[in-house]
Amino acid sequence: MERNNIKTDTLKIDTSKYTVKKTNKVLKVLIFAGLIIWAFINLFPIYWMLTFSFKNNEEIYGGNVAGLPSELRWENYEDALWGKNIGTASKDDTGFQLPKLIRFFINSLIVTVATIAISLVAALMATFAMTRIKWRFSKTMNALFMLGITIPMHASLLPVYRTMSNLGILNTYTSLILPYSAFSLSMAILICTGFMDDIPKELDEAACIDGCNLGGIFFKVIVPLMKPALSTIGIYTFLQCWNELMFANQFMATGDKITLPVGIQQLSAGQSMTQWGPIGAALVIATFPTLLVYIFLSKRIQDSFIAGAVKG
Amino acid sequence: MKRKSKSHSLAIFLFLLPALILFVGLLIAPIIMSLYYSFFDWNGLKALNPSEDFLGFGNYTILFGERIQFGKALLNSLILAALSVFVQLPVSLALALALGKKIKGERVFLSIYFMPVLISTVVIGQLWLKIYNPEYGILNTFLRAIGVLEGDIRWLGEKNLALGAVFAPTLWQYVGYHMLLLYAGVKSVSPELREAAKLDGATDGQVNRFVVIPSIKPIIKVSVIFAVTGSLKSFDLIYVLTNGGPMKATEVPSIIMIRELFLKNKYGVGSAIAVLLILLCFFFAILIGAIFKERDIYGKK
Repeated sequence: MERNNIKTDTLKIDTSKYTVKKTNKVLKVLIFAGLIIWAFINLFPIYWMLTFSFKNNEEIYGGNVAGLPSELRWENYEDALWGKNIGTASKDDTGFQLPKLIRFFINSLIVTVATIAISLVAALMATFAMTRIKWRFSKTMNALFMLGITIPMHASLLPVYRTMSNLGILNTYTSLILPYSAFSLSMAILICTGFMDDIPKELDEAACIDGCNLGGIFFKVIVPLMKPALSTIGIYTFLQCWNELMFANQFMATGDKITLPVGIQQLSAGQSMTQWGPIGAALVIATFPTLLVYIFLSKRIQDSFIAGAVKG
Repeated sequence: MKRKSKSHSLAIFLFLLPALILFVGLLIAPIIMSLYYSFFDWNGLKALNPSEDFLGFGNYTILFGERIQFGKALLNSLILAALSVFVQLPVSLALALALGKKIKGERVFLSIYFMPVLISTVVIGQLWLKIYNPEYGILNTFLRAIGVLEGDIRWLGEKNLALGAVFAPTLWQYVGYHMLLLYAGVKSVSPELREAAKLDGATDGQVNRFVVIPSIKPIIKVSVIFAVTGSLKSFDLIYVLTNGGPMKATEVPSIIMIRELFLKNKYGVGSAIAVLLILLCFFFAILIGAIFKERDIYGKK
């Protein structure tokens, strides 16, 4: 990334002597138009979702499909959160009422954060062992882990399902966190390797001379310097877990711990043909917290993602 | 660091332990079990009896028989893969190249394009169900408004349209993902290289073609691998939109796998699909790697 910061000024030769072809003006306008059209295609469905979340069926069937809603019907949101049709708030053990949708969101958050934490720690330790300590099979071991990037999650679905079922831990957070961590691990190791290679080996040696053992080098030298890797691994793992449906659908299909994708699917499958407004409201509630975070952190999120692409 | 002792190998072992437990316990061992299950006729209700239930490659032949028609599902996922590589990636690359040239509003465009990547696939599926709604969906409404359509088109209900209709949301969601990967590559091409080519009289198009694209080849390769293996694994959107219908028109391997495993309790057949999927993913990853390598040699001639 640093390359971009190098000022091109140093290169400013008297270019008038050369014939540098300027970008064609018409082409430039066309490119810009293309960018705007794609941005419009990206945004329109999201805008549309927002509008129909405030409409009722009468308004939509009456012909106002694409326009702004005639009034802001917040009752759709109330319905999505608390209503009998969709929301039906579920009581937990303490009798505390929480709308189902919010609960799904929290469940997804718990599963994703735990997955990020576990795969991060496991990847940091493993990468340290494979790139900073010299031993004979370190390369082979790394290659083995890299197989995980290509292996589809499907491959382990049934055996893992049966094991979880035998252990009686289906429908718990653990039943999702464990397979998600395992399948995020390879990518996390790949990213960690990229970042760790940037830390000069001399630092390890200096610490070694200062009397640090391997544990000391890991905790005092490597871990503090790996902070930039955290957000990159976080975003890649988030993308992998937040949307996951196949495992979630089998391992946590019932109960109050189901994740957002499963929850949304269950809520809307029953309602999809009838009530537009509350469904739209539910989709908006499920989406906007993430988008809001994204709007505030978009530069950081993109930079972290980009760092992963460059290091990987 | 050069001292090798018992404590050293113990340390290596301890550092690797958490990753190994996850990797072997939840990936390697289950895969071996899937491979083993795939040779048996087993419904999972009773214990597996290796001598009685053994089928050999029977499950694999069942797959390609009349009932399941796995070949069709495979073809569908390969069509999706081809669409991803030849439609989605070129769009992503074009956007990445355009944004890589310090265009006005670069950050805003980037942020907008990446936005769908962060939305849950199930939400996107539900949203597109509404978009495709024959009577009140925005797509038909728009087509009627500009006068090319009278009546309704059932995008997800017509055998010939459904696969394309399933692909559109994928395109919509993941162009941003590939765009950002490729953009990262475009940005890492040194400005000096661009300037030099420009001074030699290259047009913008030529700079892209002969300087930028060759130097981001490794990232293009990763994008192609992700697009193809992603299509082979595709599940979420199809599950939400059509669940394989109408008349198997959008059926893909993972949809059949889930049905065989959890609705029909055909553990052997389902495991055989899982095994085939792994093999296919590896096959294509290696194939794509080889194609890109060959191109390299050719390019250096």
